[in-house]
Amino acid sequence: MTDAAATTPSRASPRAPLGAAARSLRGYARWRWWELALFAALPLSWLLLPSQALLLNEIAIVALFAISLDLVLGYAGIVSLGHAAFFGFGAYTAALFAKDVMPDPIVGLVVAIAASALLGLVTSVLILRGSDLTRLMVTLGVASILYELANKLDWLTGGAAGLQGVVMGPITVPFSALAGFEFDLNGRVAYAYTLVVLIVVLLIARRLVYSPFGASLQALRDNRLRAASIGLSVPLRLIAVYTIAGGVAGAAGALLAQTSGFASLDLFDFHRSAEVMLVLVIGGTGYLYGGIFGAIAFKLLHDLISAWTPQYWNFWIGLFLVVLVLVGRERFIRPWTWFGKGARP
Amino acid sequence: MTTVLATRSLVKRFGGLAATNDVTLDVQRGARHALIGPNGAGKTTLINLLTGVLEPTSGTISLDGADITKLASHLRVRRGVVRTFQINQLFNTLTPLSSLALAVSVHRKTSTRWWRSLGSDAGVAAECEQLLGRFRLGDVMDQPVHSLAYGKRRLLEIALALACQPRVLLLDEPVAGVPEGERQEIFETINALPDVTGGRSEIVKV
Repeated sequence: MTDAAATTPSRASPRAPLGAAARSLRGYARWRWWELALFAALPLSWLLLPSQALLLNEIAIVALFAISLDLVLGYAGIVSLGHAAFFGFGAYTAALFAKDVMPDPIVGLVVAIAASALLGLVTSVLILRGSDLTRLMVTLGVASILYELANKLDWLTGGAAGLQGVVMGPITVPFSALAGFEFDLNGRVAYAYTLVVLIVVLLIARRLVYSPFGASLQALRDNRLRAASIGLSVPLRLIAVYTIAGGVAGAAGALLAQTSGFASLDLFDFHRSAEVMLVLVIGGTGYLYGGIFGAIAFKLLHDLISAWTPQYWNFWIGLFLVVLVLVGRERFIRPWTWFGKGARP
Repeated sequence: MTTVLATRSLVKRFGGLAATNDVTLDVQRGARHALIGPNGAGKTTLINLLTGVLEPTSGTISLDGADITKLASHLRVRRGVVRTFQINQLFNTLTPLSSLALAVSVHRKTSTRWWRSLGSDAGVAAECEQLLGRFRLGDVMDQPVHSLAYGKRRLLEIALALACQPRVLLLDEPVAGVPEGERQEIFETINALPDVTGGRSEIVKV
């Protein structure tokens, strides 16, 4: 019996040289050149485009928000039309914390992340069962409830007027004697702050998606029945990723509130949830960086089309989206495959 | 011989239809059983009951003497009751290698590690290597599963179950839809499976 165990693999393995699987697995999480280029480009954008810091800050926040949705939608396959719930919750938490407790941005950010992650944990039980349609409605509903709560609790949130007069303190670098950095009008400090958070989140998220945990999310996205049949607890994994994504979206919201000194009902609005989905679809789901490319493309498209025809921006973005989804993103970004042999998949 | 898996008066009713009617079954350690019957006889229903996909109307299921009738299906897998599916249930966007690496790390209890890469564990890699070799999937290990030929996917279906270190392996029509010429190959692969734990039982539905 032991003989059979020893000989079977060697008899059947001439086509798979010894160690091929180990080698391939070792390369599973290797850094691709374009990833390194992207990580280098992020701080370079701060150095080379100082006059665009406010715009870049906005893009980076949308990118972070979209990365959060990618963890939920792209990796775990949970559709959501209410991701703004976490974005707005993080923003209001950060703004209220700065106003009522202490103005330190980093402490505020951590509190906002924790609060939004908790919201993710609590609401994750709602998305475990049912179909995609159920999830779309449930996530939409949760965001609407929070919107109305922020509207009604005006003694706390400022209601429809928004939460004004949020004054942020300087950013102090933890564990150092450096003097704090005050947020400036040009947004350079704000953008540097957002960039650091974006890079840290990206690095952590990258670890996460290449880990066995990340692979299990993709597995249950592909086939829940089989995921359970190899011993995975599907509900626990969904709760975990929804909680993490809640925290990341909360971080994006907190950054927006802190760098703009303002939180408003608009942050919970449906158009936020729809826009982040749009951004992610443009950038591509399920490879972690779709949020960044999507946010950049979306902003460029927006500015380009608005400059050309300000009223009809929605028409063109709509048309673009229809073409993108119908043609398929893979083919859309490779124009040389549109015509000639093999143009049809 | 010791009994690994046992059922007592297992009944499953769908409305008025008793798909499984009073099944009492003892599976001995190392035994290999074939489950045969015409279409609609309730073979797949029995497998669904044993693996926890369906809950029985009445009766009990026990594994090593412990009652597992109410146990969730993923926990039964961790205890060694593993199945394959008549219709392939695979992770289509993953590769055979990453599918197997995931299944192996689940049974090694490292699947909740989020800080380390899927491929960083040498033990996992060695186990994947063996499975890929045994199921002749080595040359396609890095291709997405959805692009594999049907026969290869069928083999992966069984390899995934083996990666879970089954004590009782339930194969639901392993050659369903496989062309005549390749059937023999799959049967031979199953036949040649070494008895790793020295006591794996198998129920094969043919």
